[in-house]
Amino acid sequence: MTPSSASSTSQQGDHPLSVIIATDCGSTTTKAILIEKVGNEYRQTFRGEAPTTVEAPFEDVTRGVLNAFAEVEELSGRKILDGERIITPAREEQGAKVGVDIYVSTSSAGGGLQMMVAGVVQNISGESAQRCALGAGAIVMDVLASNDGRLPHEKIERIRRLRPDMILLSGGTDGGTVTHVVEMAEYIAAAEPRPRLGMSYSLPLIYAGNKDAQPRIKDILGHKTALTLTENLRPTTERENLAPARNKIHDLFLEHVMAQAPGYKKLIDWAGAPIMPTPAAVGLIMQTIAKRENLNLIGVDIGGATTDVFSVFGETFNRTVSANLGMSYSISNVLAEAGLANIMRWVPFTLEEQTLRNRIKNKMIRPTTIPQTLDELQIEQAISREALRLALIHHKSLATGLKGVQQERTISDIFEQQASGKTLIDMLKLDLIVGSGGILSHAPRRIQSMLMMVDAYEPLGFTVLSVDSIFMMPHLGVLSTVNEQAATDVFVRDCMVYLGTCVAPIGQGKDGERCADYTITFGGNRPLETGTLAFGDLTLLPLGTEERATVELRPAKSVDMGSGKGTPVTREVRGGAVGLLLDGRGRPLQLPSDNQARLKALTKWYHAVDLYPEKS
Amino acid sequence: MAHSYTPGLTVTETSVLRKRRLLPIPGTVTVKTGAPVQADTVVARTELAGKVHVVNVANLLGAAPDEIRDYLTKKEGESVARDEVIAESKPLIKWFRTEIRSPIAGKLESVSLITGQVLLREPPKALELLAYVDGIVVEELPSQGVMVECTASLVQGIFGIGGETWGELAMAVRSPDERLAPDHLQPAMKGKIVVGGSFLGADTMAKARETGVAALVVGGIHDKDLRELLGYDLGVAITGTERVGFTLVITEGFGVIPMAAKTFALLAAHEGQKASISGATQIRAGVIRPEIIIPKPSKSATAQPSGTEAEERAGIQAGDQVRVIRDPLFGRIGNVKSLPPDLRLIETESHVRVLEVGFADGSSTVIPRANVELIEG
Repeated sequence: MTPSSASSTSQQGDHPLSVIIATDCGSTTTKAILIEKVGNEYRQTFRGEAPTTVEAPFEDVTRGVLNAFAEVEELSGRKILDGERIITPAREEQGAKVGVDIYVSTSSAGGGLQMMVAGVVQNISGESAQRCALGAGAIVMDVLASNDGRLPHEKIERIRRLRPDMILLSGGTDGGTVTHVVEMAEYIAAAEPRPRLGMSYSLPLIYAGNKDAQPRIKDILGHKTALTLTENLRPTTERENLAPARNKIHDLFLEHVMAQAPGYKKLIDWAGAPIMPTPAAVGLIMQTIAKRENLNLIGVDIGGATTDVFSVFGETFNRTVSANLGMSYSISNVLAEAGLANIMRWVPFTLEEQTLRNRIKNKMIRPTTIPQTLDELQIEQAISREALRLALIHHKSLATGLKGVQQERTISDIFEQQASGKTLIDMLKLDLIVGSGGILSHAPRRIQSMLMMVDAYEPLGFTVLSVDSIFMMPHLGVLSTVNEQAATDVFVRDCMVYLGTCVAPIGQGKDGERCADYTITFGGNRPLETGTLAFGDLTLLPLGTEERATVELRPAKSVDMGSGKGTPVTREVRGGAVGLLLDGRGRPLQLPSDNQARLKALTKWYHAVDLYPEKS
Repeated sequence: MAHSYTPGLTVTETSVLRKRRLLPIPGTVTVKTGAPVQADTVVARTELAGKVHVVNVANLLGAAPDEIRDYLTKKEGESVARDEVIAESKPLIKWFRTEIRSPIAGKLESVSLITGQVLLREPPKALELLAYVDGIVVEELPSQGVMVECTASLVQGIFGIGGETWGELAMAVRSPDERLAPDHLQPAMKGKIVVGGSFLGADTMAKARETGVAALVVGGIHDKDLRELLGYDLGVAITGTERVGFTLVITEGFGVIPMAAKTFALLAAHEGQKASISGATQIRAGVIRPEIIIPKPSKSATAQPSGTEAEERAGIQAGDQVRVIRDPLFGRIGNVKSLPPDLRLIETESHVRVLEVGFADGSSTVIPRANVELIEG
């Protein structure tokens, strides 16, 4: 059976899915996972990886995919390939396991999907267009708007210099003025933008603005770009309608962008579901989980070059990508953005500035190296705290309510006015943080992952933390479009590693002062645990992955656990690979400004939770 | 099993290199297959569309956008001179006439009756693509460029700034562990590629600019000096377009690090010869390393390329010369003694694949495989 017939078979549903192979074609590595139905549930059983082969000398993405498959074949004993063809469906032949039922894939190879977006008003249609592109899994290279402060010729020059994969143009409410969005279209046409890949094809442009301007837009851009018209993504100031434009981005990603990348035509043909941009697939699995568990979550994927942040609060999904915050290729940019002092505040020893700067640059130019000494590990984990912190600040600034919406105000608002466009990220309502990426998934001790996220995000009240075990969220995201049960089974059982719960009272006090009293009731025969959490304390209590405990917290007068200052709170918490972390360091978290006091505090905290091995 | 990624920098006396020279947009190829070229030979040319300027005629004349054609004195496609009148109002009394003049010389490209603006475009700019290396054209890529082949000595650096240039190689120091000081730079080095040893500082960079050297090659620099040179903190290693007065290639890394003896010896052996150099670095997928290419005189280009670009690397083997690329032994060069197959626990508590490296002083140590790079060639 040919690969293409594999897709048609699975889509027709003639064969129930019992064996699934999925890949994520990343910039440097293609990662394959095998998922098999064991009894009534799906489990991830084997994995393989190989270098991605989009670039010269191979220039064919399927070579890397086949190499990754070969590794899975070797480990699992299942014959997946017949030459360069995927064998379908899964079956047994003479006692040997042969074939798979479906192949699905995501891709961020060749730099992922790079877009430029344009709107009329920067924080209305400009921001909506940006949210739309980011949610579709794109890196947004620039946001142009009529009021972005740049002169017309500067805008045109900028469009000319960027070579995006796609442009999204929005602006104007339906039935409103057409002039400004037409003006933006004229700038784009004058710039004669060219696509990043391929010399000869037209750049895809999606128009999702005032519908009354569509005929004009067609006149201006129809012959200069591969123009697609869709519904207005901001039909009124009060409403955002991102789905139609997002779907168009995915369609064009496959039809135009992917089709230009070497080997992708074959890959598209092999796959039983449309290939998704990697971050779009991660976003999808996050939304699926949030909906299924009815919780608010933040997910982060900290990579070598970029950091993606996803959030689901209520019904609202948001994604941002901090294109130059990462732990290898972009590590030097974390230093540039965070500043040396912010990085050094997490390092439990002193180091000369020049030495640290040179070390960070050396990691940038040799991004595949790993920390060999404890000092080096501590420095990398300090940098990651700052990358995570900055990426969340960026996310908060874009994951907002709609700006420009008129608000009805009453006399009471004179005393407490809130601007429109307030961030949707409410750390007190946050239930779960999911961390992914090498520095979090592969930290030598799980407590290191937990504390990096706690220090960077400063969760408030009760928050569960987890990490992605081997980075399979993209695979599961695209799989969820074909078989949601398989995706969620594997996500819960094999992908997520629960670290435990962080309990963090809001308030500040002097070190040693009472922050809260606690009583913790465990299941089984384990005795009650009672005590006082003092300011400046970090306490870790063991609580296993399958265990639950009831925490009763009686905060001091000035301390809030989410129900008001001094109000006691009782909550059931879950355990994990790390346990229950009681964080009495205060919120907002403030490190001592004096260097000696800071070193003493860090040493105390790190010892309290057994963060690092003792130096020999 | 999957291949492990083994980064390596090539330092080789003889290699057949192929350089793909491509225009950013389609144009005309000016040389034929088989033609010998010099570094400064134009191999293709094209025209980049001129800059666009926007003049909102409707606003300036206080007219409705759909009426502006009535006021224009130029039609779409017509040439305009700088300060030439392109539109004027038509008052009853001439004295009150408002004139709009062109801010540029070029042509009137389009008129919008929706926005009331006129777009003016400057004349196109000619773009010439040079061969960059002395060699022979072995392939024409119609409308796009050519492939130039040469037999050359090649040194890849780890990081660089500044674009392509060429010049004579000049050795400024006597040994790979000697620092390149300002005094080493002599007026005779103007336009040359100057090779230093372990390090150069901000003072030497300033002197290099003053002397007018074409390029500098050295073992290491300090990040703070780079920041000073560029005027900003470099966030990601994508370089090649900087204009600091010279091209800079570092061969080892950041800090004071002696240049690998093999690299230094190769460059010294070719002192006085013409070389091409590029600081362009891209440390991402599709990695680009800075390079120094010293072409050899060749009669034909029939040899099969053994080029650095097309060859798939084998993994590291016992006996290979490697450079340690992570602290605490950053910059040390040694030879692989053994490659234990099992994962080893290191100080950080990670289990990683390691290798044993022996150094010239007789000492040896165990290092994660990820923390060494092969000195290839």
